Amino acid sequence: MKRFVFGFGRFWWDFIVGDDWKIAAGVALALGVGAILAAETSLSDSAVALLTGAGIFAVVSASIVGGAVAANRGR
Amino acid sequence: MSWSTAGLASSTLLASAVEFVEAFTIVLAMGLTRGWRSAIAGTVSALVLLAGVAVVSGYALVNWFPESLLQFIVGTLLLIFGLQWLRKAILRSSGLKAMHDEDETFREETEAARLAGSETKAGLDWFGFVVSFKGVFLEGLEVIFIVITFGLNAHAMPTAIAGAAIGGAIVLVAGLLLHRPLARVPENTIKFAVGLLLSTFGTFWAVEGLGVFKAQNESLEWPGGDAMLLVLIVAWCVLSWVAIRVLTPYGKGRTAVPVLSKEAA
Repeated sequence: MKRFVFGFGRFWWDFIVGDDWKIAAGVALALGVGAILAAETSLSDSAVALLTGAGIFAVVSASIVGGAVAANRGR
Repeated sequence: MSWSTAGLASSTLLASAVEFVEAFTIVLAMGLTRGWRSAIAGTVSALVLLAGVAVVSGYALVNWFPESLLQFIVGTLLLIFGLQWLRKAILRSSGLKAMHDEDETFREETEAARLAGSETKAGLDWFGFVVSFKGVFLEGLEVIFIVITFGLNAHAMPTAIAGAAIGGAIVLVAGLLLHRPLARVPENTIKFAVGLLLSTFGTFWAVEGLGVFKAQNESLEWPGGDAMLLVLIVAWCVLSWVAIRVLTPYGKGRTAVPVLSKEAA
C-alpha cells in the first residue's frame, strides 16, 4: 500500500512538475505573493493581476537561465 | 470566433496531434514486432481507462469547486505543465537538449521489443500489450489534462474535445496511410507552440483565480479582459526568443546536426 501511494504520488509529480521543480516552486512563490496582495491589500484587481503576472515572468526567466548556466558548468 | 475560443481549439488540436504522434510510434513498433492483436488490445484498454479518468475528474472538478477556486487550481496546474513544455522547447531550440526524434524512438522501441522475452497472458503477448497500454495512456493523459482544464475554464468543453479529436484523427489517418513513424511532423515546433498557449492561458486563469482569496471570492479582472491573452502570448514569445538568443552560445555543439536539419525542414 505504501509503495502504491508513493508510486502514485511520484507519477503525478513527474507528470505535472517534470524534471525542473524550480519552475513549479517559482510559480507557487509568485502566486503566493499574488494571493497575499489580493487578500491583504487594497490594490485594484488590475494592479494585482499585472504585478503577479510580472512576478511569474521574472521567476520563469530566472529558472530557465539559471538551469542553463548550471548545465553549462557541468559540460 | 473569440481569442479565447481560437486559442482553445488550437491548443487542444496541436497538443492532441503531437501526443498522438508519440503514441502512434510506440503502438506501431509493438504491432510490427510483437503482433497487432496485443498492440490493439493495449491501445483500446488505455483509451477505455482514459475515458473513465476524463469523466470522473471532469465531474469532480465541476461539482466540487467554486469558479474562482477552479480557475486558480486549474490555471496553476496548466501554467506549471505548460512551462515544462516551454522550457524543454527553449532548451531544444538553443541546442542544450536533444530534439525529439520519432525515427530514433521507433528504433529503440523495436529493438527493446525484439530483445524482450515471450510471455503470454489472457491470450495476448504481454510485453506488446503493456508497452502499448502505457504509451497510449501516458500520452493520452496529457491530452485529457489539457482538454479538461481548457474546456472547463473556458466553458467550452465541446470545442476542446473537438480540437483534440480532430488532431488525433489527422495523425491516425496519416499514420494508417503511411504505415511508418510520422517523423516528418515538426514535433518540437508544435510543442513550442503548445507550450506558449498553455503558459498563456495558465497565467491568465491562475491570476484570475486569485480572486478566491478576496472576501467576495470573485475572480480577478485583468485590465482589458480577454484582450490581455494577446498581450500575454506576445510576452511569452518575447521571453522565449530572448532566452533562445541568450542560451544558444551555451548549446553550440551539443545537439546532433542531422536531427536539427530534419526539424528545420
